[in-house]
Parts: sequence; C-alpha cells; structure tokens
Amino acid sequence: MTDLAASDPLPKPKRDVAPVLLPVALALVMIPFVGSTSSWVTLTIASLAMGMMIFIMASGLTLVFGLMDVLNFGHGAFIAVGAYIATLILLPLAGSLQADSLWLNLAVLAPAALLAMAASGVLGLVVERVLVLPVYGQHLKQILMTTGGLIVAEQMLYALWGPQIIPLPLPASLRGSVIIGDIAIAKYRLLAMLVGLVVYVAIELTLNRTKIGLLIRAGVENREMVEALGYRIRRLFLGVFMTGSALAGLGGVMWALYREQVHASMGGDLTVLIFIVIIIGGLGSISGCFIGALLVAMVANYGGFLVPKLALVSNILLMVAILMWRPRGLYAVTSR
Amino acid sequence: MSELLTLSGVHTHIGRYHILQGIDLVIPEGRTTMLLGRNGAGKTTTLRTIMGLWQASSGQIRLAGERIDQRSTPEIARLGVGYVPETMAVFSDLTVRENLVLAARDGPLDDKQLDWVFGFFPALRRFWLSRAGSLSGGQKQMLSIARAIIEPRKLLLIDEPTKGLAPAIVMALIECLREIKRKGATILMVEQNFFAARELGDNVLVMDNGTIVHRGEMELLAADVALQERLLGLSLEAHQ
Repeated sequence: MTDLAASDPLPKPKRDVAPVLLPVALALVMIPFVGSTSSWVTLTIASLAMGMMIFIMASGLTLVFGLMDVLNFGHGAFIAVGAYIATLILLPLAGSLQADSLWLNLAVLAPAALLAMAASGVLGLVVERVLVLPVYGQHLKQILMTTGGLIVAEQMLYALWGPQIIPLPLPASLRGSVIIGDIAIAKYRLLAMLVGLVVYVAIELTLNRTKIGLLIRAGVENREMVEALGYRIRRLFLGVFMTGSALAGLGGVMWALYREQVHASMGGDLTVLIFIVIIIGGLGSISGCFIGALLVAMVANYGGFLVPKLALVSNILLMVAILMWRPRGLYAVTSR
Repeated sequence: MSELLTLSGVHTHIGRYHILQGIDLVIPEGRTTMLLGRNGAGKTTTLRTIMGLWQASSGQIRLAGERIDQRSTPEIARLGVGYVPETMAVFSDLTVRENLVLAARDGPLDDKQLDWVFGFFPALRRFWLSRAGSLSGGQKQMLSIARAIIEPRKLLLIDEPTKGLAPAIVMALIECLREIKRKGATILMVEQNFFAARELGDNVLVMDNGTIVHRGEMELLAADVALQERLLGLSLEAHQ
C-alpha cells in the first residue's frame, strides 16, 4: 500500500509557479513595445496599483462566489455603499484631508475606510440573511435575488445622496508623485499597492494557515460533513459573506479616491471586470484572484497605451487566452 | 455490558416518505454491531438520524443516557460520535493532512494518535500533502475512517466502508477495523458485504421496511443459513 516507512519524512507539496511568472513575463515583454523606460515604469506601477484595488474588491467576491458557491451579482452594491459611507467622514473633514500632513490625512482616511468596511459588512449580513439564505444552492435564483438587490441598493443611494456625482479629492499628502530620476510614481498608487498587499497576505494566511480557513474551504465542498465533524458551518459562512462585503466596501473607498468621485452605479460598472478577474484566477483562489487582477490591470494599461481601440475587448481576450491555457483558471480551488 | 446508544420508537420522514417506522435498538459499549438489510431498508437513514443529519419525527435517541434526538449534528459530533458516510465525503480540495487537521477539532494533531493511524493506513503518510481528491477509492475510504478515529470517539457510525473497493483493499480495511475494535471502540456499521460483516460483527441487527426484524449475535446468524435466507434473501456463503 505504500513505499514509505513510518519514520520517513512526510512529502512536501509541489508549487505551481507558472501563473506567478505570467505578470512578470508580460511586464518584461512590454519593455520594447512601450519604448521609453520611464513610460514603462509609470504604466507598470499604474497597473500594479489598479490591479491591487481591483483585487481588494474581487477578493470578497472570490470568497463568496468561489468558496461559498453564491453568485452574488449584487457585490457591486457593497463597493458603492462603502464609497458613499466613507464620504460621511471624508467630506465633513475635508479641511483635515487637505492639510499638508500625512498623519492628519491618514487619521481621517483610516476611520472612513473602517466605517465603510463596517457598513458594507453589516449590509452583507442583511443581504445574506434576507436574499441569499433562502436560495443557497440555487444559482438562477441567486442571480435574480442579488441583481434585484443591486438595483434596490443603487436606487436607495440615489434617493439618499441624490443623482449627482460626488467629487472626492485625494488627501493633500497623497496627491502628486514621488520622483525618482525621470520616473514619476503617483503617491496614491503606492498606498493602493501597500493596502492591496496587506489584504492579500492577510487573506492567504487566514485561508491556508488557520483552522477557520480550512473550515471555509471544506465547508464549501461538503457542508454536511463539516457539521458531522462537529463544526457550526452556518455562522462561519455568514462571517465569510460579511468579510467579503467589507472588503468590497474597502475597495470602494480606494477606487473612489483613485477616481476622485463617487456615484451610485460605480459598483455595478465594476461587476463585470471583477467577475472576469475571479474567473481568470480560478474560482475560490485568492492567489489566482490576485494574479488575475494584476493581469487585467496590466492589459488595460499597456493595451490602452499601445492600442487604445483594443481597450474595449482586452479583458475578454485575456480571459479567453487564460481559459484556453487553463480551463479552470490559473489556480482553481473548486471545480464548479 | 452497558448500553451506549439506544433508539426507542424512532420514526423518520424524508419529505412525504416514511422511512424509519419505529426503530428500537440498543448498541452495547465496546462491541461492533452490524446493521444489515436489503437496499432501501433504512440502514443509512438510521445512521443519519442518529447523527442528526435527518431529524427524527418521533421517538427518542439516547447516547450514554443523554437524549440527542433534538440536538444539532455538530452537537452530536461533539458528544463523541464519529461518522463515516457511505460516500466517504473526504474534502477533495484539501490535502490529506488538512482533512485530518479538521477532524482533530479539539487541538493540533496528536503525534501518537497520528502514528497509530499511519500504522493502519500507511498510504495516508505517503500522500500526506496530496489533495484528497487525487486518492484512489480505497485510500479515500481510509482517509474517511482515519478522520473518524483521529480523536477518541465514544461511538463510530460507519456506512458501507467496503462498498466499491477491490477485494485486496477490502481485506486490508477489515484488518484495520479489527485493530480499531481491539482498541475497545463501539461501532455501529452498515455493511452489504456479508463476509466483512461476519468478520467484524459481534452483534447483528437486520432491517426491513424501516423496522428492525432481527437482533442477535453475528455468530448465530452466520451459522444459520436458513435464517440468512429468510432475513436477507441470500446466505452469507453466497457472498464469499
């Protein structure tokens, strides 16, 4: 039955590094096409920052869709609600935001982001209990319920804040660029990359190094068996849904500051892009989602610079190419 | 010998179907009880009802004197009931190690217990960091049983462990289950393979149409061909 003696060391897992090398290879291949080094660095940094923000928003959906098998077409509502809720702090304290002090700016930004996450998380709780719980395992009904939820949420935002776009200027200390030689790197992009990395590492560690992460992954596959092992899975899934929603709220704040505006349809506009990212990454895979988000952003930035007309279809072409290479995505966790 | 599990007048409905129709049974501590019967007799439903995966519509289920029929599945599991379902239900996207880590719910994996399990199932050591989904049917069954015994349990509910396995693997599995028995485990096992049932069973319960139609010692049933044919439709010899 086995070739190993009991005293033999346990085998180590093999690592699949090809998807990790993909963004690196893409960036390197683009050097001769872009021509100027400074333009290439600017485009690459812009891609990384945009990719991180998309990742923050998509990570929530990959948890909910990939791991819990819930097709939440209303995920965009959490993004928009997060951004609007942040304005409740950011706009009244605009004076502090425009002060030329990084710490003062962050002292306003941090609570705004936390409030946005809390509000989106609570909205996630309501959505899971009211809209999703009755339709677990029924994809068509999930699409109908969550799409309806997105429409209601958007209309509620219009009703509460009005139809106009709300300008949201960047904090003073995050405006402008860091200049290194002839390369200019926007400060806000550096912050976005830092936040994205922190979120990525935190989720990866939770899913792969903690028992809660194992339970989430196991529960997706066979909820009944997890309960038969003595764990209460319902509470856990509710927690996952709320976390996914809270991350979308954080992503909403980051994206709104990046675009320097907030509007009710911003979440819905991003939904297709986010679904592309998690399909490219492989359903349920945080690493896949991370690489997928970077690839989508790189294709958008390099493509927009080199062949602007291609920008409209670049993400779809990228998804087709990836799925031809790996039909279940870069790092498939589930087989759905 | 004390009674570990008792079912008194247990009825279970699944939708509009009345599956268990007044089950009365006693599982003595430290013994292996085989639950036999034709397909559709209600054997799997009995295990699932004990485990709380399907709610008994009436009757009482007691584990070590404590009523468990109104308790949730996680609560019943935490009272010390291990369950090995017919489908094995290993978490195929998790590694062998992760499957066992989850089963050891009260803390980290105990090295002694792990060595004990590896002693039965050395293949699990070999595929320790492999995805459980990549294991063969026999290896998945071993993992499923290992998951149920990685921590001491009062009672093991095992549903058709030899189903679909090659004869050589069945023999290995019987040997493993014998060893688990020797450690004093109390087991209620559904089994269609009469050879395995005879090898492992101390007591036997036979079900038909949602009720227990025979209870006694396995040895006596194994020796009585006429009784086997009456209760099960076939003699044990026919399955060897």
